[in-house]
Amino acid sequence: MTAATADDATRRDFLYVASGAMGGVAVAAVAWPLIDQMNPSTAALALSSVEVPLDSIQVGQGITVKWRGQPLFVRRRTPEEIAKARAVDVASLPDPLANNDSLPENAPATDANRTTKPEWLVLKGVCTHLGCTPTISTPTDVQGEYGGWLCHCHGSQYDTAGRIRKGPAPRNLEVPPYAFLSDTRIKVG
Amino acid sequence: MSGPSTYNPKSGIEKWLDTRLPLPRLLHDTMNTFPTPKNLNFWYVFGGILTFCLAVQIVTGIVLAMHYKPDAALAFGSVEKIMREVNYGWLIRYVHANGASMFFLAVYIHMFRGLYYGSYKAPRELIWIIGVLIYLLMTATAFFGYVLPWGQMSFWGATVITNFFSAIPLVGTHISTWLWGDFAVGDATLNRFFSLHYLLPFVIAAVVGLHIWALHVPGNNNPLGIDVKSPQDTVPFHPYYTIKDGFYLVLFVIFFSLFVFYAPEFFGNADNAIEANPLVTPPEIVPEWYLLPFYAILRSIPNKLLGVIALGAAILVLAFIPWLDTSRVRSCRFRPTMKWLFWFFVVDCLILGYCGSQPVDAVLAGIPLVLVARFGTAYYFGFFILLMPLVGLFETPKPLPASISQPVLGE
Repeated sequence: MTAATADDATRRDFLYVASGAMGGVAVAAVAWPLIDQMNPSTAALALSSVEVPLDSIQVGQGITVKWRGQPLFVRRRTPEEIAKARAVDVASLPDPLANNDSLPENAPATDANRTTKPEWLVLKGVCTHLGCTPTISTPTDVQGEYGGWLCHCHGSQYDTAGRIRKGPAPRNLEVPPYAFLSDTRIKVG
Repeated sequence: MSGPSTYNPKSGIEKWLDTRLPLPRLLHDTMNTFPTPKNLNFWYVFGGILTFCLAVQIVTGIVLAMHYKPDAALAFGSVEKIMREVNYGWLIRYVHANGASMFFLAVYIHMFRGLYYGSYKAPRELIWIIGVLIYLLMTATAFFGYVLPWGQMSFWGATVITNFFSAIPLVGTHISTWLWGDFAVGDATLNRFFSLHYLLPFVIAAVVGLHIWALHVPGNNNPLGIDVKSPQDTVPFHPYYTIKDGFYLVLFVIFFSLFVFYAPEFFGNADNAIEANPLVTPPEIVPEWYLLPFYAILRSIPNKLLGVIALGAAILVLAFIPWLDTSRVRSCRFRPTMKWLFWFFVVDCLILGYCGSQPVDAVLAGIPLVLVARFGTAYYFGFFILLMPLVGLFETPKPLPASISQPVLGE
């Protein structure tokens, strides 16, 4: 029997730390599948797309279609609505970024950056505040002060380019990736 | 649960158990001989009522789960089936749905009582904090439960609340997606919310056990807010408070029954009779009445992140009350200033609740309600963060009686 030396103590400390660290790794390895199972499965993630025919939409009219389980706005703007959206100084907007999935993240929120063809506005119909569906404003049924959309849940107001102008929403309505298949048909997603 | 035991096992089986698993001793000490201040008033009966509410929710909930289908395509129909076809399904579901409202009514009275009599002050800080935790678990459970019938308000309520997390910078949207299991609230969300709604009540039951355990170490506070000085200040829990709690429990059940049998949809929202539609948001999204004050606080702040922070802070601030209150006197009976500020606070919560129930652009007598809600929010936080510490320092409390017995016996 010999008294424990400093060497023994160091070795024991090393074993404590090493087994503790390995235990931590094991716990993390077991925890991850239990956390990740809640994320969307590959089936849900598989990029679904939808084609929208445009020929039945009149000037000044907007329709809502379902895309990835959420509303998608397609609006055929009047010349006045386009002019109104273009007259806005981008620097004065609460969110100066385009929020257009087809453009770089830092693209400015000009009307041109929010549309592909000026007449057609395609947006995700999800308020950037807490996810409600905003109500469209038309000349006969005015919603809010900016002619675009009003979210009734918490009072966010969007203009005729879907840009946030007033209320608690932090960002402009998102422009999803979409392309014109022909003059009267788009594919979203 | 703690302290010296007065249990004396008599029968053979009691003696046998007492040396192996002293369950009879535990029950005897906590529910029979437990010394309780003899001056507890009406406002102290809600602890027992709340235990009853939890039991009712668990029993009716387990039965409902035998008939409910947590599937976005089937959920709404299965609830209709419970209401129309399952034997007594209407009764069980109405008891469960109104039971949630009764549970919150009782918990709010219980919390305001604790606030008025200073029941959160040393040595009872942990009872209060565990209580705040129970309240948080209750709101989570109620939220998950409200989603299950899969009506319009279920769906959009779930959308708004889960979007709170998207306010968190950087990881926010990932957290929302993780909660949904999809790009939006959908079948995956409903399925997991059902799982959690079934789990949490049992977690609550366990934490209630801790709440009662923590209560039995220092014993009850009382309306005078002074410590028990001698055995003359207390009576045994049984039969004095079992009878008193039982009497008021009967009255509470009568009140509860009035809603279940005569106004079962009183707390309901007509929009929830429409099946969930992800493309149409109802004109007004209104949470259940018990969350309206917090909803008003959220809406009163015109910034997404700050609004969500304020909402969370409004509940979390409760956990810090034991240290925010600097007064050495517990009960508001002897606190002439705090008594008034407390009642203003109660009225403030009611005003905030009213603001939360109204449309976002509503105007009352020429005043926009959002302005009223802003003042209400300012008082809500001001009460805890400014008034509680300051009033405790500057207020001159009234003289305290020498003992619980003294004001009754007159020396």
